[in-house]
Amino acid sequence: MSCVMSPDNVLYGTPVYRFVYELVGTVLPCWISYVAAGLVIMFILVNAVLMGAAVFVFAERRLIGRFHNRIGPNRWGPFGTFQPFADVLKLIFKEDITPAAADKIVFLAAPIAMLAPAILMLAVVPFAKNTALADLNVGILYILAVTSLSSVAILMAGWSSNNRYAMFGAARGVAVLISYEVPVVLCLLGVVMVAGSMSLADVVEAQAIPFLLVQPLALFVFLAGVSAELNRTPFDVAEAESELVAGYHTEYSGVKFALIQAAEFGGVVTASMVVVTLFLGGWAGPLADYLGWFWFLLKVGAVAFIFIWVRATYPRLRIDQLMAFAWKFLLPLSIINLFATALEVFFLRDSQGVLAINDLWIMTGINLALGAGCIALFGSMIREKIKPVTWQPAAGTASLTVGEVT
Amino acid sequence: MYGMGMVKGLLVTLKNLTKRPFTVQYPEERLKQHPRFRGEEFVWYEERCTGCASCAKFCPLGIIKIVTSPSETAPAQGDKYRLEVFDIEIARCMFCGLCVEACPYDALFMGSGFEQSQYSRKEMVIGIDQLRQADKHPSTFFRPQLESAGYDPHQGQPLHWKDVGRESWRWHLQEKAGMRLEPAPGSGNGDSIEAVDDLNSPDLDGTAADAGAPEQTQ
Repeated sequence: MSCVMSPDNVLYGTPVYRFVYELVGTVLPCWISYVAAGLVIMFILVNAVLMGAAVFVFAERRLIGRFHNRIGPNRWGPFGTFQPFADVLKLIFKEDITPAAADKIVFLAAPIAMLAPAILMLAVVPFAKNTALADLNVGILYILAVTSLSSVAILMAGWSSNNRYAMFGAARGVAVLISYEVPVVLCLLGVVMVAGSMSLADVVEAQAIPFLLVQPLALFVFLAGVSAELNRTPFDVAEAESELVAGYHTEYSGVKFALIQAAEFGGVVTASMVVVTLFLGGWAGPLADYLGWFWFLLKVGAVAFIFIWVRATYPRLRIDQLMAFAWKFLLPLSIINLFATALEVFFLRDSQGVLAINDLWIMTGINLALGAGCIALFGSMIREKIKPVTWQPAAGTASLTVGEVT
Repeated sequence: MYGMGMVKGLLVTLKNLTKRPFTVQYPEERLKQHPRFRGEEFVWYEERCTGCASCAKFCPLGIIKIVTSPSETAPAQGDKYRLEVFDIEIARCMFCGLCVEACPYDALFMGSGFEQSQYSRKEMVIGIDQLRQADKHPSTFFRPQLESAGYDPHQGQPLHWKDVGRESWRWHLQEKAGMRLEPAPGSGNGDSIEAVDDLNSPDLDGTAADAGAPEQTQ
């Protein structure tokens, strides 16, 4: 009894999957080996997200500490490397409280629904050459669809908690997510147009010049939009601890809180992976056939560092500033980028619709200039219109001026 | 160009990333403490103490409790009172140091430590036994003689009661001020605090000690 995968299977390009499938298929029926291989891949991916989240949490806490001239956690394990595990252990042993008036089922399902997009996103990311779980030909569309799920999860968490702070946080979170979805989708269209494909593997192959240079505006919009969608600090109105106790996870404790945290930090790692794949050339680099995973991890680390850096620097925006940033700044930028890219691709492509490397360099020059100009122009246009009010003395007390002591 | 402020902000945090952290890893590393630090482990030299209770009178919070009884051994030697209770309720102390400033015979010193946390308020009272048994590492607060001698309470040996006064030992011998000069009977060592326990021995009364004193101090 042996099972051989047909080449048109969507998982055919995954060596690990095919290996397990055929190994199990030699002794067991094909449908069992299909399930077993899927479980193996799921195990790898889930653990990749959780370990990535653990490493990222540690790196973030240490790095933010250094940004603030502190040391960060360093008591537990060498250089504090066991800190995330200590955190998780603590959360596991804490009491898992469900509010009496909560919607129990939705309350339980929300953290799981929150973690799911981060794991699902990894299914199409190529870690190295031919190492994506499924090289979907609609990979980018799949990523956009899956990340949109997190807004549902946030709304579930906020609504089921039966807590007004959680509800406020969820409402804000969903508003932010929906607003930032638009520029993110539009800026990815530029990438898709240049690459000529929605498959992530093809996008990586198409980056003879990293799209960091070819699509600088798109990268800027994508980074800003993604960090808003991940509720990272400059955009974290959904869980603003100074306004809404903890936002949508106010009522969560114990393991569920651990899951929510893992989803947030794992989300940053997977978002970094997507940024690397779409804009930094993925696994491309010297000896990419053998060291692709190394270059990939290196670039993911660099992008994650940028996320940490931004978090360590900026204070939280107000909700109106946040919305203005999305609708008045990022959306025009992404539309301009889309329009310019469409024109460039239309005029520069050859008869087969393929862009040569010289065309990419031309696009790089045009888009860099366009990006700098647009950021300056629209930045000055969304400058805050409200001027600080100067105090005017009332009619009867005209002799008084501000600061004068009588 | 608008937005340059954000870039500047990023550069500021990046510059801070390359600096050394300010954190002092407390239990392992410590900041250097000034010798004049007013710590809570009060140092008391019973040999110098006359029981005048100046410290208790000057304490603005009234947290020092002193109970004395008449010494029957050697009033002429300045040993007027015998200390029975010397409690400092450290939990309410504000470390103003007025008790130390008030002491006429340099018997009470501020301590040099600060790590005396306890689990209950009752344990936050330093009693006379604790004061007797503690290591004598006096702070140099209001004790310029220690500071000019270069004494650092965090290094070096505990100080002997003869060494901590602002006057010389010879001055004390002449003035008979502030201390028990003669070893009590049954004790070979005049400056040991065990001598106090023998002060009630019946063969010594005030007159005998009074008569004997001038010869001994010459």
